[in-house]
Amino acid sequence: MSNRVPEDDEVKRERAADKAAERARLVAHRGLATWGEKLVPLGDFRRAAAESGSVLTPAQRAAAGEALLAQCEDSTPIEGPYDRIAVCGGIYNNHLALAAFLDRARAEGAEALYCLGDLGGFGPSPEKVWPLLVDAEVRVNQGNYEQSLASGREDCNCGYTDPRDNHFARLSYEYTARGCSSDFKSWMGQLPARRRVLVGDRELLLVHGSPRRVNEFLFETATSTAYLEGLLDQEGADGILCTHSGLHWHRRLPSGRDLVNVGVLGRPANDGTPRVWYAVLESTSDGLGVHLTPLDYDHQALAAEMRSEGLPPEFIATIEGGWWTTCLEILPAKERGRGRF
Amino acid sequence: MSTPNVSLSSLDTLWFQVAGTVCNLACTHCFISCSPTNHTHEMMDLATVRTYLEEAATLGVKETYFTGGEPFLNPDMEAILEAALAFGPTSVLTNGLLLDPERCRRLSGLSERSDYSLDLRVSLDGYTAEEHDAIRGAGAFGRALEGIRNLHSAGLNPVITVTEVYDENGSVAGKQRFFDLIAGLGITRPRLKMMPVFQIGAEAERHAAYESWQRLSETDTPEGGWDHLQCSNSRMATGQGVWVCPILVNEPSGKMGERLADTLGDFPLGHSACWTCHVYGVSCRT
Ligand code: SF4
Ligand code: SF4
Repeated sequence: MSNRVPEDDEVKRERAADKAAERARLVAHRGLATWGEKLVPLGDFRRAAAESGSVLTPAQRAAAGEALLAQCEDSTPIEGPYDRIAVCGGIYNNHLALAAFLDRARAEGAEALYCLGDLGGFGPSPEKVWPLLVDAEVRVNQGNYEQSLASGREDCNCGYTDPRDNHFARLSYEYTARGCSSDFKSWMGQLPARRRVLVGDRELLLVHGSPRRVNEFLFETATSTAYLEGLLDQEGADGILCTHSGLHWHRRLPSGRDLVNVGVLGRPANDGTPRVWYAVLESTSDGLGVHLTPLDYDHQALAAEMRSEGLPPEFIATIEGGWWTTCLEILPAKERGRGRF
Repeated sequence: MSTPNVSLSSLDTLWFQVAGTVCNLACTHCFISCSPTNHTHEMMDLATVRTYLEEAATLGVKETYFTGGEPFLNPDMEAILEAALAFGPTSVLTNGLLLDPERCRRLSGLSERSDYSLDLRVSLDGYTAEEHDAIRGAGAFGRALEGIRNLHSAGLNPVITVTEVYDENGSVAGKQRFFDLIAGLGITRPRLKMMPVFQIGAEAERHAAYESWQRLSETDTPEGGWDHLQCSNSRMATGQGVWVCPILVNEPSGKMGERLADTLGDFPLGHSACWTCHVYGVSCRT
């Protein structure tokens, strides 16, 4: 921290000796508690802690619990019902994968198409995805990328620890920000953050990161079942569809409800293949059918376009080889362990 | 100036002071002054941890974190981790001294048998023995590196936690030195977590305590509220009740109740440490 005042040597030595003596006292204590910056008898600490432990009355406790659950007042209109929908996640400027998704989803008989946001970043020529989305009447959620671009933020606000990750995050954000017209950006600004869609009799909540935060990562090995059941209770939904983390997964919960991370079209799933992923949801006789679906597309053409746009070789290697090379620090231990880097 | 209150917007992260304040080191920057003889908080046993885990499940907790003191001094630690991993993703903050090859193999087994991630976070304060041991005691650096190597050989990829005790640790070049150090141990997927220092506990004596202006008031309340503070989405369970956060466990006033359900209300941000949390945007999560 930068607010330290330089001391002369003698003062420094004295202070060091004082500190060492204090330290020795601290280490030697038994029956003493460390209370803030003081040493006090352990009994005093325990007594004070017991007193300040403000145990709520059962009525207060119930009220606090309900207040926590009741924070979500959601007036989102409900779309559908549909028998089958197709949902994609982050596109990251990958217009070729988007075009392939649109063809496939139509051929598979999807009645409505959704995209959960993060249109930009990573890939080439940001504006190209816009007419594809509009012409195909894809219903798009606002992701954190759209939020940042529409509000004119100077960065994507990823806040990585690794200077290398920060470098690449900034680079792709600036490239995308330069390549989007102001019309495109204001279109992004009016996208909704959440949608509710009926598939058969199941009401699904469509969000970008999580129902709580647009930039919350929901990874398979870092999300407890209890948490997901709690979210679904709070939202009064039968299922949640999300993206943002970049890796697809599905969990059918003990209650029979579903969490589906639809993955992303923008880059492969860190599995050593160039495929990308989306989800098809359909009404079945016993409820909801969830199909996470791999998609092949002309990734070599995309790589060539990225090269001619001067995008970093690290990004192109991911598109071609299927392994993530950047922004890896968001991955939990297990997901990280499955990749090459 | 009135003290602002933070409300709990959701209980996502449950911490456990699983080893109490007992540690096999007595680092000069430890903000809760842990040491071999500090019994302000005692170790938690499996039954107590289980009770909190069961309550956490009813409250929709997303993940658990274990800290101390040194968690692996707790004789129940591996059984506790097994219980936690059945519930959800689990992280352990350790000084790395007790990570011998056999233990690392057992931890790796626990991780493999769970659907969730087990993260071991090992603290390094300097990237040389001289710097690290000046804070943590002679020999600590070598043993921590050995622990990191043992984790790696057992197939567990630790997160290295670096405290910004040395000004340069937090700089771009400083971080790079730690990445290089980890890479030098043969770890190909390096993971790093930076932490600022809290000027309380032993750190107050090592360096400097807070000054009176370093406190939050109502007028500091950001536009979006206090949701960036970890006390808006986490709690700390100890052997003697539930505290507001992992930082204020040595403040009796940080205690909020006996059960998690007692602690879902507001908390006043009246401590100087709250100032650090706000100004430096601290989260103890990985
Ligand atoms: S900083 Fe960690 S290792 Fe050091 S004394 Fe405190 S709890 Fe123990
Ligand atoms: S120390 Fe930090 S986490 Fe704890 S109550 Fe204060 S602001 Fe919240």
